[in-house]
Amino acid sequence: MSTQPAMINRYRWYEVISIYAGIFLFLTFILAPFVEGFLVSLKPLGLLFSSPYKFWPENGSFAAYRTMWVSVPGFARYIFNSFFISIIVTGIVLILVIPASYAFARFQFRGSGLLLGAFLAVNMFSGAVLLIPLFRLMRSFGVLNTYFAMMVPGVAFLIPTAIWLLRTYMMRIPRELDEAAFVDGASHFYTLRRVILPIAMPGITVVAITTFIGSYAQQFIFALTFNSKTEYMPLPVGLFAYFGRQEVIWNELMAASFVGITPAIIVIFFLQRYLVSGLTAGAVKQ
Amino acid sequence: MNVQRSTLIFAWILLLPAVLYVTVIVAYPLLDTFILSFTDASLKKTTNWVGWVNYEKIFNTTFAEVIIRTFVWTFFSVAIKMIIGVFGACMLNAAVPGRALFRVLTMPPWIVPMAIGIFMWGWMYNGQFGMISGVLQNWGIIDGPIAFLAHGSTAFWATIITDVWIGVPMVTLYMLAAMQAVPQDLYEAAWTDGAGRFYRFRRITLPLLIPSMITMSMLSLISTFNSFDIIWILTQGGPNGETTTMIIDTYRTAIGSKKYGEGAARAVLICIFLSIFCVAYFRVTSRLSAGESNR
Repeated sequence: MSTQPAMINRYRWYEVISIYAGIFLFLTFILAPFVEGFLVSLKPLGLLFSSPYKFWPENGSFAAYRTMWVSVPGFARYIFNSFFISIIVTGIVLILVIPASYAFARFQFRGSGLLLGAFLAVNMFSGAVLLIPLFRLMRSFGVLNTYFAMMVPGVAFLIPTAIWLLRTYMMRIPRELDEAAFVDGASHFYTLRRVILPIAMPGITVVAITTFIGSYAQQFIFALTFNSKTEYMPLPVGLFAYFGRQEVIWNELMAASFVGITPAIIVIFFLQRYLVSGLTAGAVKQ
Repeated sequence: MNVQRSTLIFAWILLLPAVLYVTVIVAYPLLDTFILSFTDASLKKTTNWVGWVNYEKIFNTTFAEVIIRTFVWTFFSVAIKMIIGVFGACMLNAAVPGRALFRVLTMPPWIVPMAIGIFMWGWMYNGQFGMISGVLQNWGIIDGPIAFLAHGSTAFWATIITDVWIGVPMVTLYMLAAMQAVPQDLYEAAWTDGAGRFYRFRRITLPLLIPSMITMSMLSLISTFNSFDIIWILTQGGPNGETTTMIIDTYRTAIGSKKYGEGAARAVLICIFLSIFCVAYFRVTSRLSAGESNR
């Protein structure tokens, strides 16, 4: 970057202004719901349902962040469930995907291209399309209304992206390393475990993070359909607890939402570089 | 020879767990959906083979309308996502102070659990107390409150906008990465020749970006076609079924009314559409990469 002429990136004042105006417009669309949600969480419930509309909360307070734990005592459990489900799902995905990606990255055999295509095709079907047979399958496994019912289908739909990302990463590891190990008499399995795994660690980290985020974000439909036990509900379904019989406790719902997304926000700030590379690796031409 | 065979066996051992898993959880249910669609499966104990009855029923109901609506909904959602995403990527690609921070601020809709973002939109769309109706009234653009989710036409667009909002970060970051993959020396050469910023964008950035745009819009097409959470939480397909897409209708028939057979027939139709998209996607991307290597 430093060697290129700096002149090319120099903007005139009106260009700078229009760029910032464009960014402002764009980020307003992206962040408006969060701003509104946060302001709602500060408003007392009575003020919330008053006309005319006021943007800024008058006599706002953080009271909802305290009372939310009282109105829905199970809320901490829902956050725990979300994390628990996502961590186990990520673990299972990694166990299945690391060997498979290595096989796709290294060994060409008849049908390997077709098999990879079949894996990627899984991406096309969301869980929603296969809900009926999945429901029957979970019922015959006897796991309806357990954690497993929410974990098992989730894993399958996260495998394709994970394989694609990790295969791309492993293909960049020089083949000579495998061959050198092999010449030294190492077995295939030993090579994978002692040579490839340590080098592939950054790629595995990216896959783990994107899988975790995917699982954390996509628990809704399986939890809605395969589980009716309150104690196993993950966050997205658990939030419905703030929908009372008569009215929704909106300020507490929003407060609870912010408490629920804090982990995700922390993840963004610390791991954003990994996230972007995870999103774009393999997708953009290499 | 012996070495090769052991390698092959090793490759299959590595692949087997993932293959088995996906076979049981995806391939078998796919087959089961197909079989179920020809039966009258429901909560009752017995299940009978009914042939094409479920498919005939679909076309006697309003399902044709639902199919058209799904396509219109998907088309607008993908188109708006692409426009806003490319716009956002152009802005974030500009070398202005603070752009690292702006990039991070783009991510929340993608990273936050979908349901939470949707709840926030649900409140924004509220006619009496929500931000959109409120701000528009304060500015005098509209006279009275509009409950966006209560009327068919506004609810249709409201669900699209929320879907766009969830999809835009992905498109933006993807297009941004594609922009940054454009070789810098092309710009420098054009700059040396006296080409202006807009000219450089139109003649260098845009043409090199088109393959990525096509790839992204096809990926986006597939995920948008499958979109369930947004409509389900905001409107459950209402009012008067004006936001009922194929997925919503399938869910309602199969899980809501427990008519597994009829639901399965709908799911099979969705699978057929998805397979068409899928084949088109592979065709297009392989042609694009072939064109890439010819250059």
